[in-house]
Amino acid sequence: MDNLVLMNILILSGVALAAAVLLYYAAQKFYVEENPKISEVEECLPGANCGACGRAGCHDFATACAGADDAGFSKLYCPVGGAASMSKIAEILGYAAEEKEPSVAVLKCNGNCQNAPAKYEYEGVKICRIADKICNGRSGCPDGCLRLGDCVKVCKFGALHIDEETGLPVVDEDKCTSCGACVNICPRKLFEIRPKGKNGQRVYVACSNKQKGALARKNCKVACIACGKCAKIVPEITIENNLSYIPASVSAEKFGKELSEACPTGAIIYKKPEGSDEQ
Amino acid sequence: MSSKMKTFPLGGIHPDKHKITSQTPIKDAGLPETVYIPVKQHIGAPAKILVNKGDKVKVGTLLADSDGIVSSDVHSSVSGEVLKVEAIEGEFGYLENMITIRVEGDEFEPSIDRSADIIKEIPYTQDEIIQKIREGGIVGMGGAGYPTPIKTTVPEGKKIDILILNGIECEPYLTADDRLMVEHAEEIIIGAKIINKALGIQNAVIAIDENKPEAIKIMQKLTKSYVGVNVQVLKTKYPQGAEKQLIKAIAGREVPNGKLPADVGCIVQNVGTVFAVYEAVQKNKPLFERIVTVSGDKCSMPGNFRTRIGTPAAFLLEKCGGIPEDTAQVVFGGPMMGTSAVNIQAPVTKLTSGLLLLSESISRKGEEEQCIRCGKCVAACPMGLEPFAIARYARQNMFNEVKPLHVLDCIECGCCAYICPARIPLLDYCKLAKNELKKRK
Repeated sequence: MDNLVLMNILILSGVALAAAVLLYYAAQKFYVEENPKISEVEECLPGANCGACGRAGCHDFATACAGADDAGFSKLYCPVGGAASMSKIAEILGYAAEEKEPSVAVLKCNGNCQNAPAKYEYEGVKICRIADKICNGRSGCPDGCLRLGDCVKVCKFGALHIDEETGLPVVDEDKCTSCGACVNICPRKLFEIRPKGKNGQRVYVACSNKQKGALARKNCKVACIACGKCAKIVPEITIENNLSYIPASVSAEKFGKELSEACPTGAIIYKKPEGSDEQ
Repeated sequence: MSSKMKTFPLGGIHPDKHKITSQTPIKDAGLPETVYIPVKQHIGAPAKILVNKGDKVKVGTLLADSDGIVSSDVHSSVSGEVLKVEAIEGEFGYLENMITIRVEGDEFEPSIDRSADIIKEIPYTQDEIIQKIREGGIVGMGGAGYPTPIKTTVPEGKKIDILILNGIECEPYLTADDRLMVEHAEEIIIGAKIINKALGIQNAVIAIDENKPEAIKIMQKLTKSYVGVNVQVLKTKYPQGAEKQLIKAIAGREVPNGKLPADVGCIVQNVGTVFAVYEAVQKNKPLFERIVTVSGDKCSMPGNFRTRIGTPAAFLLEKCGGIPEDTAQVVFGGPMMGTSAVNIQAPVTKLTSGLLLLSESISRKGEEEQCIRCGKCVAACPMGLEPFAIARYARQNMFNEVKPLHVLDCIECGCCAYICPARIPLLDYCKLAKNELKKRK
C-alpha cells in the first residue's frame, strides 16, 4: 500500500518536472518580442474594453498608440479615460498630449410621465428598438423617449438609470465617459455627446420632436415649437424641421439663463454651475 | 379524405379559427362624415398628390398619381370637398400623408359602370389589361400591398405557367375573402381569366382551405364552365396563405432564398385582388372600397362590410356595437400578423382585411419565462429557421451571429411566438434582428 502511494507521488512529480523543463525551453524559444510600452500604455487605460475609441479593446488601442507617429497619435483618443489617461500615455510615449474638453451624454427629450403622460398601455417587449417599430410611444410623441431603457442596458459604466418618477433615463455625469454607446443604440437618436461645459454649465434644447408646434404640444407640455425666440437672442441657434438646436459653442454662462427663461414651453434646459442650487 | 389533401410540408400551427362571421353576408358599411385617404397604401414610393385643399372630387377621382414603377395610384372613395392635404396620425400614431375629404352626397365618376351585370367577354389586349390595372390603383390586398401591375407582367427572361388564386385566408377571425368567394365567385373566376390573359397563360388554380365548404362548393360548380380554372382544396394549416408556403403546397416548388415566385414560374394573387382586377378592367372601377371583417370576442355585432377606403376604423367599429370598456386591443388585420392600433381614428386602407376587438385573455400573453429548449418554435417555423437561437442573439445585440441563421427569410407569420410555452416574444426578436441586419446592408 505504502509503495503504491509513493509510486504515485514519484510519477506525478516526475511528469510535472518534465513539463516544467519543457515549458521553460518552449517559452524561451517562442518568445514574442513586444513593445514594452504597450503594456505600460495599457496600464493607464481603463481596461473596460468598451470600444468607444473605435478599436477592438484597450490592448488594441495601446498597440495603436505605441505604433503611432506624432500626427497619428493626435488622432487617437480614449474618451473613457479622458485627458488624465491621455496625458499619462503621452508622457510614456514622449508626445505632447492634447487637451480635450470633457464631454457627457445629454438626453434631448424631457417628455417624462408628467409632461407627456401615457395615452395607452404598451404590452410589447420592453425594448425601445422593437417598440419604435410597433408604435409611436406611450406619450404619443413620435420622436420622444420611449422610456424602456435600451440605453441603460447598453451602458457599460452604469452611468444611466431610469428615474422611477419621471420614467426618463438619467445620466450620472461622474460616471458617464461619453463613449457614445447610448447614442448609437437609441432608435430615436435622443442622446447627444456635448462638452461638459465650464463648471458643468450647459444649455441645450431637451426636445427632438419634428412635428409642427401645435401637434407637438398636444402630446407634450415641454416640446420645442420652433417659435424662434431663442434664435433672436443668439443668432447661432438654428431652427430646422420645426426644432431648434443650440450649438455647443453657445456660451451657457452668458446666455443660459436668458435662453431658458425666454423659451415659452420650457424646452430649453439650462444646467447651472456645479455647487449652485438645483436646476 | 383530409389525410390525402395537400398542404405545405414544413412547420405550421393550428390556431383556433374563430370564423364567426363566415355565414354573415357582406353589408355596405355606409358613408362616414369624413374620410382620410393615405397616399401610401402600398410597398414602394408614395403617390404624388394631385389635388389641393378646396377641390371637389367624385367617387373614383384620381387623387394621387403613382410615382415610379413600384408605386400605385390612389383614388377618391367618396364625393365631396378636399379639406386638408397634410400629414395626420395613422394607426401607429406616426404621421402619414393623407388626403382628408368631407363627404357630400355620393356621386360617381361617369366612367364607372355601376350595373350589377357580370361581363364575361375580355376584349382587351395584354397591354390594355395591365394599363387598366395600373389606372385602377390595384395593389396586393392580402396584406403586403405590392403593386399588382408588376405582378401581372411577365418579367423578362422568365416563364410563368401557373396563376395561383389565394383564397386561403388562414388568419383566425377573418372571413372577408371567404365571403367574397361565396358572393362574387363568378367575378373572381373572370378576374383570373383576365390575369391569365395578361400573363399569356391558360392555367389558374383557386386555392381554398378545407374549412370553407360553402366557397369550395360554389367555386367547384362554377369553374366547370371555365376552361383552365381549377379549384384546389388544401388541408387547413396556418400560414398556408403565405406566398412561399402556398406555392409549395400547390405546385410543389420551393422559392429559393432571395428569389421571387416568378422565378419558379408561379404568380400568386389574393382573391380580393383578383376581384378588384375584374372590377377595374370590366367595370372601370378603381380600387376605392374593400371587404373588411369586423370581429373579435369583444365585438357585439360582428360582420363583413364593404367599406370605402379611408373610412375611420372608429366609424366601422361604432356600426358593430362600439368598443366595450374592457377591450384590451384593437387590431388592424388578423390576430396573428396584424398590428395593434394606437389611434382608432386611423383609416381603413387597401390592406385592412379586418378590424378586431380582442379581450384581455386573448391579447395578453403573460410574463415571459426562460427558454426550456423544447424546440417547438423550430418545429413550427414554416421557413425552417431556429427562432430560439435568433432571439437569444438578438437579445444580446449579437447581430453578426444572427446572420448565418437566415433570419431575413423570416415571413413574420408568428408561429414561433404562438407556440412558445415560455411565452417568449420570439417574433419581436426576429423582427429586431431583421431590422438591424437590413440597416447594416
